[in-house]
Amino acid sequence: MKRSPTFLITVMCFGFAFFYIPILSMIVYSFNASRLATVWGGFSTKWYVSLVSNDAVVNALFLSLKIALVSATFATILGTMAGITLARFTKFRGRTLFSGLVVAPLIMPEVITGISMLVFFILMADWVGWPGQRGFTTITLAHITFSMVFVTTIIQARMIQSDRAIEEAAMDLGSRPWQVMFDITLPVISPAILSGWLLAFTISLDDVVISSFVTGPGSTTLPLLIWSKVKLGVTPDINALATLMVLTVGIGVFAAGMIMSRTERRRQLDAQMAFRSDD
Amino acid sequence: MSAPDVEPFLRIEGVSKSFGTFQAVKNVNLSVSKGEIFALLGGSGCGKTTLLRMLAGFEEPTSGQIFLDGRDMANVPPWQRPVHMMFQSYALFPHMTVAANVGYGLKHEKSLSKEGRAARVAEMLDLVQLTQFAHRKPHQISGGQRQRVALARALARQPKLLLLDEPLAALDKKLREHTQFELMSIQERTGVTFIVVTHDQEEAMTLSDRIAVMDKGEVKQIGSPTEIYEFPQSKFVAGFIGSVNSFEARVISRDKGHLRLDVPALGGEILARDVAGAAEGQKVSLAVRPEKMRITKDRPDTPNAVAGHVKDLAYFGKDSLYRVILPGGLVQAHAVNARRGDEGAFMADWDDEVWVSFDPSSAIVLVD
Repeated sequence: MKRSPTFLITVMCFGFAFFYIPILSMIVYSFNASRLATVWGGFSTKWYVSLVSNDAVVNALFLSLKIALVSATFATILGTMAGITLARFTKFRGRTLFSGLVVAPLIMPEVITGISMLVFFILMADWVGWPGQRGFTTITLAHITFSMVFVTTIIQARMIQSDRAIEEAAMDLGSRPWQVMFDITLPVISPAILSGWLLAFTISLDDVVISSFVTGPGSTTLPLLIWSKVKLGVTPDINALATLMVLTVGIGVFAAGMIMSRTERRRQLDAQMAFRSDD
Repeated sequence: MSAPDVEPFLRIEGVSKSFGTFQAVKNVNLSVSKGEIFALLGGSGCGKTTLLRMLAGFEEPTSGQIFLDGRDMANVPPWQRPVHMMFQSYALFPHMTVAANVGYGLKHEKSLSKEGRAARVAEMLDLVQLTQFAHRKPHQISGGQRQRVALARALARQPKLLLLDEPLAALDKKLREHTQFELMSIQERTGVTFIVVTHDQEEAMTLSDRIAVMDKGEVKQIGSPTEIYEFPQSKFVAGFIGSVNSFEARVISRDKGHLRLDVPALGGEILARDVAGAAEGQKVSLAVRPEKMRITKDRPDTPNAVAGHVKDLAYFGKDSLYRVILPGGLVQAHAVNARRGDEGAFMADWDDEVWVSFDPSSAIVLVD
């Protein structure tokens, strides 16, 4: 069966429109001079200016960035360790349980994760007196927990692809297992680690549900701030703020994708060049 | 080649390896002398790679012992063995340059200065003629060059023993022949003992001083390429290396260093080389290589001559392969084509009546 290209292009346009018109309209209205969010009153950047001078927004932004930075870093460390373990140690007691537990948060509803985290933190505070107050620490811990799953998945997939023999070769040449890890394994999978970090960072940056369960007084992340503001009505400064977030997250995801595909493309190109110069 | 009273350089004693219920290597005993090129030859799944991995230290034998230069290798981890391996996939470090790959093992040589390391790397790159590629990454060089990087890297720390896992399998035919001779000359220059794992009998024959033929985890025969080819000790070895005509036979008697056999397929009595373990009346196999068969127009004045007619022939130019029907069956004979005009020159044609004969010394009796 032959489909006309016009048909395909139309379908594609509708698809993209469905996804992106809401976001585009939000971006357009963030430059709206009118105070009413839905009435166009001319072009203006005043909402961006007012955002920068709004302490609550700036504080929320920095808190979000701080949490994203710390949680992404820890999630990457833990996720990389779990990913390598799952890919390399194919036989150990409780492997199935471990791999199940690692990916369970992927399919667990966020509300459940959020509630269980909250209950856990309350119990912890009761028993050991820590964390005394919910806020930066509890949000960061919660973010580490669920974003490391994504890192684990990425690292595990990368490790399965890579040739076991290069690690054996390093060991054969005199390196102990921990040296092999730092000399060979980690450098080889470093693009995957970087893209895992970026993914964890963006996941943390735009999380609302889990953060709202484990946050405490005075610790409002950017998505939480937007959520609370929207409850009082959509104002153009929210549009401006959301536009900035879309931009940040978009750049993050795009960069992660670029890093992965560029290294892959370069490898293929080099392989072709080498093939041509074969003796 | 190896003096029996001297402790051999590498001694493998009763080594077995099981994975679960599967026995990959069964009670292997062999010795390798210093400076030898020793081949482990066998089909896939014969245990040759497992044996190699036990030498490298990646697998521990289930039972038995490995001695290298008099030292028991049990519980010596791979990174402490004076044994280096050239992997089948080459296993080059993709994020390092060619020079860094070759120099990787040298960082563990504490006695070597930075300059000393650089000099060693340069020397190794020169040995494999890759000096101008020192700063390339592995994916920027060709397959043949990668193979040489892997070799240089494995030789850089001057191992006592170099293990080569299918060193030529990933190369195309033309490159393989060239590399084969290069490997031999590098071995001669460095004097390192080589153990080569291969499934390619030609590769094993040309490269190595001695060959161990393996099947289903067992060593079937150890010997020089000539011994393995000319005097196989079992049907498996005879059939695995080269082609062979094999017949059922029964020992009639033993006289004057020969065995007198009754071979129904060849229509009667045949004289063969005497072997130990053949008793009168015993059922044995008779094996004759196709190129040991002579084809003549008239009955030759020798024993072991049978009349038949040519059923098929394949002409290769310098030689021809004949399939001759004898009263009791079919044999293959491989003959170098005679110079035209030579006395007695004879080239059989389809359906020619011919005589097939072979010398008793070329008739191998296999007892198993």
